[in-house]
Order: sequence, then structure tokens, then C-alpha cells
Amino acid sequence: MTLLETLPLAMLGALFGLDVVSFPQVMVSRPIVAATVAGAFIGNPPGGLLIGVVLEMIALDTLPFGAARYPEWGSAGVVGGALFAAQPAGMPGALPACVLATLLTASISGWSMVVLRRLIAVRLERSRDQLEEGSRRALMLFHLSGMSMDLLRAALVTTLAMLIFAPLVKAIVAIWGSESAASRAVVVVVVAIVAGAALWKVFHSVRYVLWFLLAGLLAWLVLLVKP
Amino acid sequence: MTTPSESGFALPLRIKLAMFFRLLALQGSWNYETLNGTGIGFAMEPALSRLPGGRDGPAYRAALARQSRYFNTHPYLAGVAAGALSRAELEGVDATRIERFRTALPGPLGSVGDRLVWASWLPFSSLIGIAVYGFGGSPLAVVGTFLLLYNAGHLALRAWALHIGLSRGLNVASALGNPVFRQGPQYIGCAAALAAGIALPLALERITGPGKALAGGIVAASIIGILILAALRERAEGWRIALGVLAVFVLYSVLT
Repeated sequence: MTLLETLPLAMLGALFGLDVVSFPQVMVSRPIVAATVAGAFIGNPPGGLLIGVVLEMIALDTLPFGAARYPEWGSAGVVGGALFAAQPAGMPGALPACVLATLLTASISGWSMVVLRRLIAVRLERSRDQLEEGSRRALMLFHLSGMSMDLLRAALVTTLAMLIFAPLVKAIVAIWGSESAASRAVVVVVVAIVAGAALWKVFHSVRYVLWFLLAGLLAWLVLLVKP
Repeated sequence: MTTPSESGFALPLRIKLAMFFRLLALQGSWNYETLNGTGIGFAMEPALSRLPGGRDGPAYRAALARQSRYFNTHPYLAGVAAGALSRAELEGVDATRIERFRTALPGPLGSVGDRLVWASWLPFSSLIGIAVYGFGGSPLAVVGTFLLLYNAGHLALRAWALHIGLSRGLNVASALGNPVFRQGPQYIGCAAALAAGIALPLALERITGPGKALAGGIVAASIIGILILAALRERAEGWRIALGVLAVFVLYSVLT
């Protein structure tokens, strides 16, 4: 993948990365959306959706409480969706390799947000006197430049991740040694564990929650045995 | 067009709309010094421009400086603060009282917002999107359902927050006792648990594909894993464990 080829994805990653915190937080940055849209960009929306759902279940473990540090799923979702959608159908290593590449991107992108926030704080020191004087111009410049830097950050993360992981995932998939069913099963088990435990962490204090979960499982069993 | 609210306080619609859209960008300059303080100043600026003397007046500059200092709250409920503080500034409330209010409000707003949005509405919407996928929904259906459902709640909450802030001014505390905030997380949590019971197995079944040979092993391993990880609670981050396990598996599959 060339730098030019990553450009549309970088723009998408920038917009979805911006949505995580800066603007407008309508959750297009959730992997279920970001990966599906990236898959559609590559010409394979169902592929993007599949990895999007896998990543969404993992993302249930990283809800953005307060000022906590968490993975950045906007640009990472775009990277994951594009990587997986570009793989030929039926390749056993595609899903595990792409999920791994996405998790690494999300982690690094989360760290880049921390760096950005520190940079903004440094800029704040420089503008402090003007802000304390109530300068409208200083406030607008400070705020809008923070958003622009975030947009640039997400574009850079997406570009670098695509340039590194596109050839790497291709090479991994080509020499993959595990069989198809086992490869899928490992991903499914990992995702089930992370999502199940994450939901328990969030909802365990809700009254009667276990009964509702059991009712849901019962409904699933009914659907399962229905001819 | 000016729309009157409680106690005769009114702001032109274009100012309210400007505040609403700026609140969507509240965290654009989020940093570890002022958190979303400069964002609050940015969002309130259109209302503050109506202070005596306009944008060049000393009242405007003093208010903008005051409102751009440290502040930390939930972004979706920040409208309560931005609205209430704008009204207080425009009604000439004493600066000391405004400062006290700015100190007291963020905690309750943050706590209520975290419980209702991040710990309830977002996972619930996610699970509904996952359920649509599990039932065989198309990419458009899955993404559309998730975005429409989530943002119906999200945008309504933001609009309510700004409205309540502007209409009640510094007397917004009682609004946080709204039944939606008290009972909402309980009801949404139950609905999310019901959705999880159906959505997760259906979606995982679709991801696994047609082969059922490993189904028993997958279910057993998943249940054991969930019980162990749930018992560890805050001591273990699931996504980091996923990263580690997948890294080992990929390495193993490449080397064998």
C-alpha cells in the first residue's frame, strides 16, 4: 500500500478519530461503525462489519469514563476494517492478524491522545495571559487549534498503521499455519470472554440483572431450536 | 427570534443554536490543566457577547476569562453548566457566587452522566447493534440502527441539558433529581442484560461460521474465561489480555 493509497483512509481515520473526544462524539468512532465504513471504502462492507462487531465487543471493556486513558477506536476501527476487508475471503489467519493489528493501533492511538493533551497544556501556558484577559481571539485560536491537532493526530496514526500493518498482515496471512476453524474459534473465545466480563463489570450492581441475562439466553435457546 | 423561558429570561434562537453546536466541540482543547474549561468558555461565548458593551466590553472579557478556567464535567451534560452559567453572567450574578457554582456543579454532573451514558446507554446501543448483526442484518442496518438509537438519546440529552441550564439558571440542582437520572441506569441495565443474552451468542455464532465442530469447546472456554475475568474485576483489563493472547496465537501460527 502506497502513501497515496492510504490518503482516503487517513481522511476517514482523521474524522472518526476526531469523533472520539473532540467533535462531535456521535459515536461514528465506535468500531462497529468505523470498521464497517472502512470496509465499504475498500469495497467489502460485510468484511468490515464482521471485524467491526468483533472489535465492538472488545471495546465494551474500554468505556470512556472521566479522564481515564483508553484505546482510541476511531482511527483504529478504520485501520482494522480496511485491513480485513482487503484480505481474500476464507484466509484462516486474516481475522486474528487484523484484530491484533487493530488492538495495537488502538493502544498506540490512545497513547497519542495523551501526548496531544500534554501538548495542548503546553500551548495553554503560552496563551494563559491572553486567556486571563478574556481575549476572544486567543480562546478561539486555542480551542480550534486543539481540534485541528487532534484531526492531524488521527490522520497520522491511520496512515502509519496502514503503511506498517498492510504488508505485515499480508505476510502473516500468507504463512499462517493454524487451521481455519481453530483460528476463528480462538478469536471468538477471546472476544466472548472480554465482552462477557466487561458487561458484568458494568452491570453487576443493577438489580435483577442476572434474571434479565438468563431471560435473554433463554430467548436465544428458543431461537436456536426453532426449525 | 427570541424564545422566553422561566422567569422571563430569553436568548435569541441563533445564540442557543450556536451554543448547542459549540457544545458538540466542548472537548476540542481538552488538556490536563483546565480539562474542559476552555471548552465551556468556547461554548458560552455567543451568550456572553450579549453582555453590556458587547465583545469589546470589560464585562465580556471578565466573564470569558472566568468561564475558561478549570472545569470538568460530562460532555453531554455540560449544557446544564453552560446554560446556567450564561444566564448567571447575563443577569449580573456576583462573581463569587458564580465561582462557587462552578466548583459545586461538575462532580454531580459528571457522576450522573457517566452512569447514564457511558455505563448504560452506550453499551445498550452497542448490544442492540450487535443483535441486529446476530439476526443477519446488513452493514447498513447494523450501523444505521446503532447510530440512530444512540444519537436519539445523545442529542435529546444534550438539548435538554442546555434548555434546563438556560431556563433554571443557578437553580439547576433539582433537575438532576429527574427520574431518568435516578431510575434510567437501572432500567437500561436490565434491558442491556436481556439484549446481551440474545445478542452475544447470536453474533458469535455468525462470526464462527457454519462449522459447529468446536462449538462445545468455545462455549465451555468462554464461560470459564468470563467467570475468571469477571472475578478479577478492575485488576485486569480484558482488552489488554485479548491483545496478549492474540499476539501469542499469531506468533504460534506463523512459526508452526
